[in-house]
Amino acid sequence: MASGVKPRVKVPKTAAAGDTITIKTLISHKMESGQRKDDDGNVIPRSIINRFTCDFNGQNVIDIALEPAISTNPYFQFEAIAPESGEFKFTWYDDDGDVYETTKKIEVS
Amino acid sequence: MNLKPWMTLAVAGFAGMAFAQDSNTLAIEGDAFVTETAAPAHMENVDTIYSGWRFRSSETQALETDDFDNPAFVFVDQGIDLFDKVEGTENKSCSSCHENVEDFAGLRTQLPRVDDGELVTMENLVNECRTERMGAEPWKYSGGQMTAVTALIGLQSRGMPMDVAIDGDAAPFWEKGKELYYTRVGQLDMSCSNCHEDNYGVMIRADHLSQGQINGFPTYRLKNAKLNSIHGRFKGCMKNIRATPFKEGGAEFKALELYLASRGQGLSVETPSVRN
Amino acid sequence: MKLTRRNLLILSSASVAATAMGSLPAFATLTDDAIAELTGGAELGEGAITLTAPEIAENGNTVPIEVSAPGAVAITLFADGNPVPNVATFNFGPLSAERSASTRIRLATTQNVVAVAKMEDGSFQMAKANVKVTIGGCGG
Repeated sequence: MASGVKPRVKVPKTAAAGDTITIKTLISHKMESGQRKDDDGNVIPRSIINRFTCDFNGQNVIDIALEPAISTNPYFQFEAIAPESGEFKFTWYDDDGDVYETTKKIEVS
Repeated sequence: MNLKPWMTLAVAGFAGMAFAQDSNTLAIEGDAFVTETAAPAHMENVDTIYSGWRFRSSETQALETDDFDNPAFVFVDQGIDLFDKVEGTENKSCSSCHENVEDFAGLRTQLPRVDDGELVTMENLVNECRTERMGAEPWKYSGGQMTAVTALIGLQSRGMPMDVAIDGDAAPFWEKGKELYYTRVGQLDMSCSNCHEDNYGVMIRADHLSQGQINGFPTYRLKNAKLNSIHGRFKGCMKNIRATPFKEGGAEFKALELYLASRGQGLSVETPSVRN
Repeated sequence: MKLTRRNLLILSSASVAATAMGSLPAFATLTDDAIAELTGGAELGEGAITLTAPEIAENGNTVPIEVSAPGAVAITLFADGNPVPNVATFNFGPLSAERSASTRIRLATTQNVVAVAKMEDGSFQMAKANVKVTIGGCGG
């Protein structure tokens, strides 16, 4: 597990059916680009979050492919529709094979 | 920002208030903050003091107005976890004694302060608890764990005005800090005042010089995408003018921190702030 | 030609100039290649994408970017002055409300951020924004 990786998401607790819901996500991750060199001049290998997905009750909202140019502590804001009450699932995939997940429920009236 | 008038000003040798602080007002999560106020009486050369927030670009300023958009909060979350973590021979966590972190409201505004004849900073207080009451190892002065917890504690005073004591027991430390502020050091032979008092508002290369206030520390810097401590910033500044930096947590930086905190008297605590 | 000092100076400065000119568009070409790979060489329309980026980035480490293209299936971002031009691809799923996203990116130097959107009808759209990236004052 890459150390110190912590997700944070912001989802409203309630919404009316058909509303556009703004979702904000952040995850603490160094996003080592593979461009930096260490003190001995050796390239520090790339180690980033390379994919982020958001699903709602099993259906996909957004699927993002990340490259090293995404800043440290990757941040995304996007809009979703929730046709019924349920759960958003957020997943981040690390180059090193780790997968980080968090979920948020929403009540839709 | 049109290039031409700027170049004309430079040519005229007039390094004046070409790009002074903007007039934006700061509201975080809807609450108003004081980013501008009359300078305290002891500042002879400055009339109005401004938070560093006022010198940043509008995109950077926007990051601080929402607690989600503010990238520092992912470290505050880490601070919450650390606050509850049991460590040391006494099998305690911070929360074993300090049940509610909210009870720290006001602490950030008064530090550094004199305890038993010694000037102490927030980092000193944290490590004192860790070593003497938790039986745990002290944290590195500006390391990730310390900045996460000082951000969490400082956050409890967010919105409250800076208000350090500079008289009585604090006076000799304050005088020392003031002397350091105005002393030139380093290969570039510069003092803090050369930039932050004589030239705030002016561009130094592409950087918009602030007054060097510390009301928002620890601060999330875009430059290194993490929280930075007060002494860490002092160290960076000294290295930039090619001086051998004083020790973090040492007498000089603590005295300087007290003096700088007093220069921000009345500004709202913005911890954890966002800067460049 | 007699190899006098003057001639040698002229020769060497000319070759330095030639090298410098030759190496200029390196990353821009990489970006064109990357875009062609994405679009299969298709025509790029304009006008459908709104790309919001600061005119001057306070710090190239963290530059806030917003992109929106109603009717897009996916949007790919490129930075034509970065050593690796690809930045991110946003693929919009069935529960995506607006075809838009915001993020924060790294820009190595003053350059264009380029957004290429694949539309529902299979066509491609492009938008560009120039961002000035500067070196901070105290070298810090």
